[in-house]
Amino acid sequence: MDIRLDGISHSYGATEVLRDITLDVPAGRIVCLVGPSGCGKSTLLRFAGGLERPDQGRVLQLGAPPEGCLNPLTYIFQDFALLPWRSVRGNVSLVLEDHALPREDAERIIADVLARTKLADFADALPKQLSGGMKQRVAIARALAVNPAVMLMDEPLSALDAQTRELLMDDLIALWTRQPFTALYVTHNLAEAVRLGHRIAVLSRRPGRIRDVVEIDKPLDARLYADPDLEAVQTHLWEMMRDEARAADEELLDV
Amino acid sequence: MSDAARRATGAEVRFRGGGFAPVSRRWIGWAVFVALIALAEWGTRTGWISALTLPRPSDVLQTFVELWQSGLLFKHLGPSVTRLIVGAALGASIGISVGVLIGLFSHIRAGLVPLVAAIFPIPKIALLPLFVIWFGIDEGSKYALIAFGTFTPTVVATYGAVDNVDRSLIRMGQSFGLSWWSIVRKIVLPGAMPGILSGLRISLAIAIILLVAAEMLGAEFGIGAYILEAGSLYDLERLFAGVVILSLFGVLMSAGIGMIERRVLRWRS
Ligand SMILES: Nc1ncnc2c1ncn2[C@@H]1O[C@H](COP(=O)(O)OP(=O)(O)O)[C@@H](O)[C@H]1O
Ligand SMILES: [Mg+2]
Repeated sequence: MDIRLDGISHSYGATEVLRDITLDVPAGRIVCLVGPSGCGKSTLLRFAGGLERPDQGRVLQLGAPPEGCLNPLTYIFQDFALLPWRSVRGNVSLVLEDHALPREDAERIIADVLARTKLADFADALPKQLSGGMKQRVAIARALAVNPAVMLMDEPLSALDAQTRELLMDDLIALWTRQPFTALYVTHNLAEAVRLGHRIAVLSRRPGRIRDVVEIDKPLDARLYADPDLEAVQTHLWEMMRDEARAADEELLDV
Repeated sequence: MSDAARRATGAEVRFRGGGFAPVSRRWIGWAVFVALIALAEWGTRTGWISALTLPRPSDVLQTFVELWQSGLLFKHLGPSVTRLIVGAALGASIGISVGVLIGLFSHIRAGLVPLVAAIFPIPKIALLPLFVIWFGIDEGSKYALIAFGTFTPTVVATYGAVDNVDRSLIRMGQSFGLSWWSIVRKIVLPGAMPGILSGLRISLAIAIILLVAAEMLGAEFGIGAYILEAGSLYDLERLFAGVVILSLFGVLMSAGIGMIERRVLRWRS
C-alpha cells in the first residue's frame, strides 16, 4: 500500500505551519523527511496517520493494506510511549488485545516480533529496567506486531545516544532487508536520513514547504558507516539546510 | 614545596550533596511512639505529670484489656467498622467514578467542578440533621455522612490524577486504534492510579473523623459513642483507650493503602 500526501496546508491559529506539501511514500520504501526544528514535521506525520486533520489537502491510501494487517498506519514515537506498568510482552500484547485474535495467534505474533527485535529474553522486564535503545526496540516490536502497511516514525532515534543510534540503525536496516516495510521517517539528523532513506524530502523552515526531494539508489544493506557516497549526499543536504536551520534557530529564540 | 607536600596540604572539596533524599527508616517512627509513651508513663509515675492532666499509659492499657475481656470492645468495634467500610466504600467508589468522568468529558467537567468546589469546604458534619431527615436516624444517615465526606476529596484527587496521565500514551493508544473503553481501562486508569491512591489516604482519614462525629451525635454503640460517654464523665483512661483505637484505625488504613501501592505501583521506581 502506498500513501500520498496531497496538497497539505495547515495553520495553528495565526502561525502557518505547513504549505502545500505533496509527497508520495511508495510501498516497500523508506521516505525520510528532514527539516529544521519547528518546521512542521511532527505535524505532518500526525496528519499522515489521521491523528489530526489538516486545514487543506488530503492524505490518501493507494491500494489495499497487506493480508493480516491490523493497523495500517502505525506510529513509532520519539519518547517510545511504552506503558510503564506493563512488561515488554504486555506492551506488545496491548495492541493485539482489541482484535479478538485466538490466543495462540497472539502468542505466536508476540514471540515472533520479540525474536525479530532481539528481545525474547526480556519479555517479562518492565520498561524502567530497560535502556533507551531497548525501549525503542520494544516500541518497534509493538509496531511490527500489528503488521503495519506504513510505519510513521517521528525521530525514533533522537532520544538515544550516538552509539545506540548506530546500533538501532543497523537493526532497522536488518529488519527492512529481511522484510521490506514502508515508512515515513521524520528526523533532523541527516546521517540517519542518508543511511535509511530511499528518498529524502527536505522541508524549509516554517511554514514548511518541500524544498527538494533526493533519491538514493544504493541498497540499504550496502550503505556503510561513513560511506563516502552517502557523505556526499549528506553534505549536499546540509548545504541546502544550513541557512534554513540558522534562520529557524533564531526565529525560535524570539518567540 | 615538593609535589607530595602540596598534595597533602590541598583543601579537600567539601561534600554538599546531602539531604533531600527521603529514605525509608521505619524504626524511627516506632521509636518516637515508644519514647513518647515511655515519657508519659515515667512522668505520671513520678508525679511530674498530674493524674488529671494525662492518664497513665499502663492504666489506659488496663482499661483496654478490661474492655476486651468484657466483650464490649467488639460491641463497639463491630458497628464502627461496618459504618466505616460501607460509608468509605460508597464514597470512594462514587468519587473515583465521578472523578474519572470529570477527567474524561469536558461537559461533565464544566458542570461538576464548580459544584465540587462548592461542597468541598462545607463541614459535612453540619449536614448531619439533613442526612437524618433524608436517610433516617439509623445507619443510613451515618453511611451517607461518611460517604459524602470521602466523596469530595476522592473526586478532586481522581480528576487531578486523570489530568496528569501522560497524553502521549493516550495518543499512542489512539494511533493503534484501541477502543475508547480500552484506552480508559488500560491507559487512563492505571496511569491515574498513583494519584487516586494518594487521594484515598486523605479521604479515608476523613472517613474516620466523620465516623466518630456521626457516632457522637447519635449511636448506642460505636467507638464515637464510647469516647463521648467517657468524655462526658471525664474518664480519661477510657477516653484515651477510645482514641488509641482510632489511631490504630488510621495506622491500619495507611498500612493497607501502602500495601496496595506496593503491589499495584510496582512499576514505579
Ligand atoms: N497543537 C498545536 N497547537 C499550536 N501550535 C502547534 C501545535 N503543534 C505544533 N505547533 C507549532 O507548529 C510548529 C511545528 O511543530 P512541529 O510539527 O512539532 O515541528 P517539528 O516536528 O518539525 O519540530 C511549531 O512552531 C509548533 O509550535
Ligand atoms: Mg517534532
